[in-house]
Amino acid sequence: MTTVTQQTEMVAEEHPIAPYLRMDRIPHIWCPTCGIGTAVKCFATALQETGVDLDKTAVVSGIGCTGRAAGYMKLDAFHSTHGRAIPFATGLKLGRPELLVTVFSGDGDLAGIGGNHFIHAARRNIDLLVILVNNFIYGMTGGQNAPTTPLTARSSTMPYGNFERPFNLPHLAASCGATYVARWTSLHIRRLTKSFKEGIERKGFRFIEVIAPCSTLYARLNKLGTGFNLMRFYHDNAEICHGADTRDLDIDFQNKLICGKFVDEERPTFLECMHEHYKKILGDRYVPIPPEGGMIHG
Amino acid sequence: MKYWRRPLDFDEVKIPRGEVHIIADRCKGCGFCVEYCPKDVLVMSEEFNVKGYHPPKVVKSGECVNCNLCEMICPDFAIFSVAVPEDEAADEPRAAAGAEVGAG
Amino acid sequence: MKADPAGVLTGAHYLDGDFACGEGAMAAGCRFTAGYPITPSTEVVERIARRFPMMGGLFIQMEDELASMAAIVGASWTGTKSLTVTSGPGFSLMMENIGLAAMMETPCVVVNVQRGGPSTGLPTMTGQADMMQARWGSHGDYEIIALSPQSPQEAFNLTIDAFNLSEIYRVPVLFMMDECVGHMTEKVVIPPAEEIEIMPRKLTSVPPGEYWPYHVNGKYVPEFARAGDGYRFHTTGLTHDERGYPDMSAACQEKCVRRLVEKIKNNADKIVRFDEEDTEGADVVVVSYGITARVARMGISLARKKGVKVGVIRLIVVWPFPEKRIRELAGNIKAFVVPEINYGQMVLEVERCAAGQASAICVPHGGGGVHDPNDICEAIVRAAK
Repeated sequence: MTTVTQQTEMVAEEHPIAPYLRMDRIPHIWCPTCGIGTAVKCFATALQETGVDLDKTAVVSGIGCTGRAAGYMKLDAFHSTHGRAIPFATGLKLGRPELLVTVFSGDGDLAGIGGNHFIHAARRNIDLLVILVNNFIYGMTGGQNAPTTPLTARSSTMPYGNFERPFNLPHLAASCGATYVARWTSLHIRRLTKSFKEGIERKGFRFIEVIAPCSTLYARLNKLGTGFNLMRFYHDNAEICHGADTRDLDIDFQNKLICGKFVDEERPTFLECMHEHYKKILGDRYVPIPPEGGMIHG
Repeated sequence: MKYWRRPLDFDEVKIPRGEVHIIADRCKGCGFCVEYCPKDVLVMSEEFNVKGYHPPKVVKSGECVNCNLCEMICPDFAIFSVAVPEDEAADEPRAAAGAEVGAG
Repeated sequence: MKADPAGVLTGAHYLDGDFACGEGAMAAGCRFTAGYPITPSTEVVERIARRFPMMGGLFIQMEDELASMAAIVGASWTGTKSLTVTSGPGFSLMMENIGLAAMMETPCVVVNVQRGGPSTGLPTMTGQADMMQARWGSHGDYEIIALSPQSPQEAFNLTIDAFNLSEIYRVPVLFMMDECVGHMTEKVVIPPAEEIEIMPRKLTSVPPGEYWPYHVNGKYVPEFARAGDGYRFHTTGLTHDERGYPDMSAACQEKCVRRLVEKIKNNADKIVRFDEEDTEGADVVVVSYGITARVARMGISLARKKGVKVGVIRLIVVWPFPEKRIRELAGNIKAFVVPEINYGQMVLEVERCAAGQASAICVPHGGGGVHDPNDICEAIVRAAK
């Protein structure tokens, strides 16, 4: 039995993901065949399946196509400045430790301008879930070279092909101290959702890279077709290799893509370290910041 | 679906049934649902939605197994499937539900 | 409401301006500080780092000033009063997120202990050359509030005022100290907590589901909801409508940004603060702020001995600028004399407001020290002719 419906309003509320989205802003601005929408859907599903208190969940995003994700999620959502999503989220988390704070941003935002904040938050093991949607390009501004653009790929600022070595993001995250590092593509919807669930349930700096197609810029500038063709590429070339050495996870242009969960450890978070340390040194004089935060009520 | 031999619990397992709902006006015609549906239930239609895209349409009614893959993979939140309650599922012969057994 | 006693170090102390500022922040209810070391401001956070663990506060030294400012904006959204501290080079870095705080209407306090500039300049020596940057530093149209203390005691008192103003107007407040006041040690009296009046973070009474983050209903300041209370609001640095959703249109820009500007401009009368002395019948009025105000006192008394009738306006709230009073005085006097440790910044404002009715004489100083009172006296005497 099928129902093809033209009545958007009537059925719209029935979409299982509707409670997690700002339905008054749907349809979203992302291009046809863009993978960001899929990442948002998987994240919302993970929130649903883990049963976290949505009132205590906040999402922070930066600037860029992926940065718009915060605007579509029905949570306390902050669309901050370019590259500063992680320190903003740090302030949010440390100001009210009971929050589950997720950073949802792109490769240019988090690894380019935000690179410094990325490595320090990982080093400190700040309790943040960082979802980095990697489309290998700066999409929103028209397709410029990103820190993740593979060698020889074209972009608007590297019209003859990229000659800069790109980041190996899982390796970067792991070497800086992230306690959970995984990489999936937007084709691996079920494994991605499971990874998001694991990220939500764990503590510390969790990093999940989602490789997503960018039709209008990356695919077009590199004559790869549309996002649809990129999805087929992921289908044919993604290899799942859990626990692989992160040094081997470089992404070549149109070569094998290694996905999986690479790091999954437990280490005390920034706040846990702080509490333990101050308790030891200051004893009874120490007054920790309470989980509800440092707000002084009138 | 082809099996190389008949599964031993073939008579006990109930294959779920699903009903596909398409929010046509939200669709951007990406084609992911059509490409990746494991039962090939969908094709791109010839109609246009309000934005000028071709939304998908269901062609193999009754084949949907409610795996929700279309729902998960659609970047535009434009398609989802719901479970059809067991009593409502048509009493189709088990053969049609797909237990073709063949060599190789 | 009364200050939280945990943060108030009641008593008479011998403190430098930086420490007094830190004490002021703690007394005002600040419980989150993010900072990056930069001379001459580091002592503020050093003081806070030492005392915060005893009062439920959290200090984190971030990796740079950009992160510090972003972190305090984030923390402020949890309802926690937050502070960051820097000097010239760091102030330039913080501009981006000061703009974010202004656009998102986030209460927070940024302390700039000014030093000689530009660029790395004179790290350990005083300056007052960031005054215009405080007003115009970030891109776009917005208004902020800036204060300038002249002593460690004022550094304590005015920091509390800074926090209160930022809560009332939901605006970043810039605390423009100078290295001289920051590193000067004087007696600072901290009263008991019951005598300190602080503005708590005011939360909206509108229930979730009906709440729009930037709905003002004819007022200037929207009601605040904190993250984690179930409001599920969205806020952005993009031009936004009353729901906090981005709206890329000239009409929305007009509505959104105009209110940010008018929020302070139209309430300037309530915010402006200055000390005025002997302006009745004066020929010359000296307009000064910060450490220069104290140096100017000597210059003024020398000029009075030479027979010049001199009045004083000491700016306490520097931005918004006391335009009205300067305009009124301009009609009755010959000249304003504006000594400052820069090559002429606030004098431009004085000149603008005087509108040709009185001249505005600048007494510049490149930085690295304070004025010679004789120079100020000479300028006053010349101005009186």
